[in-house]
Amino acid sequence: MFSNLDLQKLIFGRLTLEAIPYHEPILIITFIGVVLGGVAVLGAITYFRFWGTLWRDWITSVDHKKIGIMYVILALVMLLRGFADALMMRAQQAMAFGANEGYLPPHHYDQIFTAHGVIMIFFFAMPLVTGLMNFVVPLQIGARDVAFPFLNNFSFWMTVSGAVTVMASLFVGEFARTGWLAYPPLSGPAASPGVGVDYYIWALQIAGIGTLLSGINLIATIVKMRAPGMTMMKMPVFTWTALCTNVLIVAAFPILTAVLALLSLDRYVGTHFFSNDLGGNPMMYVNLIWIWGHPEVYILILPAFGIFSEVVSTYSGKRLFGYASMVYATVVITILSYLVWLHHFFTMGSGASVNSFFGITTMIISIPTGAKIFNWLFTMYRGRIRFEVPMLWTVGFMVTFVVGGMTGVLLAVPPADFVLHNSLFLIAHFHNVIIGGVVFGLLAGITYWFPKAFGFKLDPVWGKMSFWFWLTGFWVAFMPLYILGLMGVTRRLQHFDDPSLQIWFVIAAFGAFLILLGILSFGIQLVVSVLRREELRDLTGDPWNGRTLEWSTSSPPPDYNFAFTPVIHDHDAWWDMKKRGYDRPLQGFRAIHMPRNTGTGFILGVLSIAFSFAMIWYVWWLAALAFLAMFVVTVGHTFNYDRDFHIPADDVVRAEGARTALISGRA
Amino acid sequence: MATLASKTQGLAETPSFHLEEDHHPEGSTMLGFWIYLMSDCLIFAVLFATYAVLGRNYAAGPSPKDLFELPLVALNTSMLLLSSITYGFAMLEMQRDRQAATLGWLAVTGLFGLGFVGIELYEFAHLIHEGATPQRSGFLSAFFTLVGTHGLHVSLGIIWLVVLMIQVRQRGLIAENQRRLMCLSMFWHFLDVIWIGVFTFVYLMGVLQ
Repeated sequence: MFSNLDLQKLIFGRLTLEAIPYHEPILIITFIGVVLGGVAVLGAITYFRFWGTLWRDWITSVDHKKIGIMYVILALVMLLRGFADALMMRAQQAMAFGANEGYLPPHHYDQIFTAHGVIMIFFFAMPLVTGLMNFVVPLQIGARDVAFPFLNNFSFWMTVSGAVTVMASLFVGEFARTGWLAYPPLSGPAASPGVGVDYYIWALQIAGIGTLLSGINLIATIVKMRAPGMTMMKMPVFTWTALCTNVLIVAAFPILTAVLALLSLDRYVGTHFFSNDLGGNPMMYVNLIWIWGHPEVYILILPAFGIFSEVVSTYSGKRLFGYASMVYATVVITILSYLVWLHHFFTMGSGASVNSFFGITTMIISIPTGAKIFNWLFTMYRGRIRFEVPMLWTVGFMVTFVVGGMTGVLLAVPPADFVLHNSLFLIAHFHNVIIGGVVFGLLAGITYWFPKAFGFKLDPVWGKMSFWFWLTGFWVAFMPLYILGLMGVTRRLQHFDDPSLQIWFVIAAFGAFLILLGILSFGIQLVVSVLRREELRDLTGDPWNGRTLEWSTSSPPPDYNFAFTPVIHDHDAWWDMKKRGYDRPLQGFRAIHMPRNTGTGFILGVLSIAFSFAMIWYVWWLAALAFLAMFVVTVGHTFNYDRDFHIPADDVVRAEGARTALISGRA
Repeated sequence: MATLASKTQGLAETPSFHLEEDHHPEGSTMLGFWIYLMSDCLIFAVLFATYAVLGRNYAAGPSPKDLFELPLVALNTSMLLLSSITYGFAMLEMQRDRQAATLGWLAVTGLFGLGFVGIELYEFAHLIHEGATPQRSGFLSAFFTLVGTHGLHVSLGIIWLVVLMIQVRQRGLIAENQRRLMCLSMFWHFLDVIWIGVFTFVYLMGVLQ
């Protein structure tokens, strides 16, 4: 064992100069872009003397609103990366026919489709969902923060660490070439000896810790910290879906943690969990990862359903139709999501009885989901509908998602699935529900709550542009994939021989280009809105004539959210307050007890990047050092008993007085 | 009836929409820690399920009957069970606000915990020495991972125990420290319950079959 021990291996592990992909022009150009962009951002921060504010008010902040905003920023940045991967894949598949090999060699193309899936699910959709829940839930339930504010900050930085680890794989070494779930034996030590799968494992493990802890945090928040009078059946629907999503997170993510740990043992220690020899069983990995993976897609879609519920009832000017049935439908979906995992691999060969069971449970999920669709439609029926941008996303969602749902039921029929398994039909189906459901929902949510977070609305013209490009782009990009899938084309192919297929891939690539215009329009919308912020300013705190408690605060809300804890008498609490002539209290303010900021979460995040990087490259001394440092910082943090302070009553009086002046000045 | 009354009242006059006094919801830590324990329980569930699937894949290597020595495991189990009882005594002393006795019982608990981990390490070393390594077969991979993960939890519990003992010495049995001792108590008893499962499903049933 010690015969080939040399100094370089001891210091750098398996990290060598070869790991820097300087022979790949695409990566070099990307790297230069990232460096220039990074220098520009750092320079701007220095120029505007923003470092102090950044550290004090954002990085160390335990304020759920700021953490929520940072989650959303992380998600949007990662969307750009994930979407760049998508464009590259569409371009490759549109050109790689016959003699043309395209521009991406297989080993690069395989990394791209893996990174696309991993980034879009773990580092775009998850942070965006978590960010919106973080920002909105405490405001909706009349709380001043989450149950564990420090843990919230720590969770965020763990998610960032995972994202940084994935991004590092772009410029140092490689990413996994296994597909987004890294099935063994392909992801095992024999077939994937490189660092790609290790990047995958550590990025997901670290981000997974953050996700799990934020799930625990939000459950405790929703269960324990609701304002007086807000019984469970008076909670806003978004809070309900957030509760169910976080229950799913806590009940699903430990399984991912465990199964990835077993895979790492196979890779690092040489155990035989998922190997083909010496008693291992690769199908056990596939079962375990989908026992996490199926609930995961509901973790993403349930909050989107919650957003649509809020949006539909606000812009229809009506109470949500069938509130109780909406809640029960959400809970039923939560439970059923655990009983369908095997439909991801009917072809495993578990037999007719097992496949029938999972096929039927899968079909049953469409019943509560269908009930939701009807509830939204009946909410709109005879409402005074305002077609603001979030409402457009909602209508676009209903049309698109129903198609995705129906192809899902089609795939739930085991004999049909045997034909369509791993085909582009499947790819079209899950993009149909994830883009048409999750992405549309989250973009609706961003537009809906943006004025609450920043005090001005988003520019509607560019918002509408973004919506129409996304909607048409989605349909043009994915309908050809349904057709190709029915013709038998399988997923993850880097090259095709049959020239008659090419036209469909060209159409799909054009669709992806339309989505690019949608994303660009969204970016322009942000810039235009910042420039026009005075015209778009929201002085009342209630720009949409909203119904739930977050609209009773100023935009943006003060650090303490509510000067007095609200008392709830009905669901749609704020609507009830407005209807019954509620007067905002103007005096009697008192000091408010708040948690203190801390840098511990950020420090732990940085150390965990060092730790995972060292583990990936076998730099054992650095791994040990980073682990030890994390341990010391964690234990050290528990010796700090001074974790809260009081916002003085004078400060509250000043903040509330300023708001009074703002409201009356406008009136 | 009460809801009806409040509804009619609400129509007649505007009810109060805010609290004048401070609103301090309590007990989130216990709930949060309990939820964490359930998530940890799921990790063990995966490891148990893995053991159930791979537990008989000996790959022509040793089987439980060849390897496990029940007297040693019985000793080990009694260590852990006793440590749970002594932790219970520590909590009773905490309720009576007797710091020295609390710390004494915590120390005894830690010693029992160390005994448990020590015996487990001895067992592991013995197995590896005999060639029954985690790399030998699917059964041994699953065995070492399940039992080892439990042992790792106990070791972390001991470190946590030591840290808490220092903090109790520094600041006494203040509310924060009582809450922390409660959390560790739940953690410690939880590990006991998991061990009952390990003892039954891995050792007893392994030797009986």
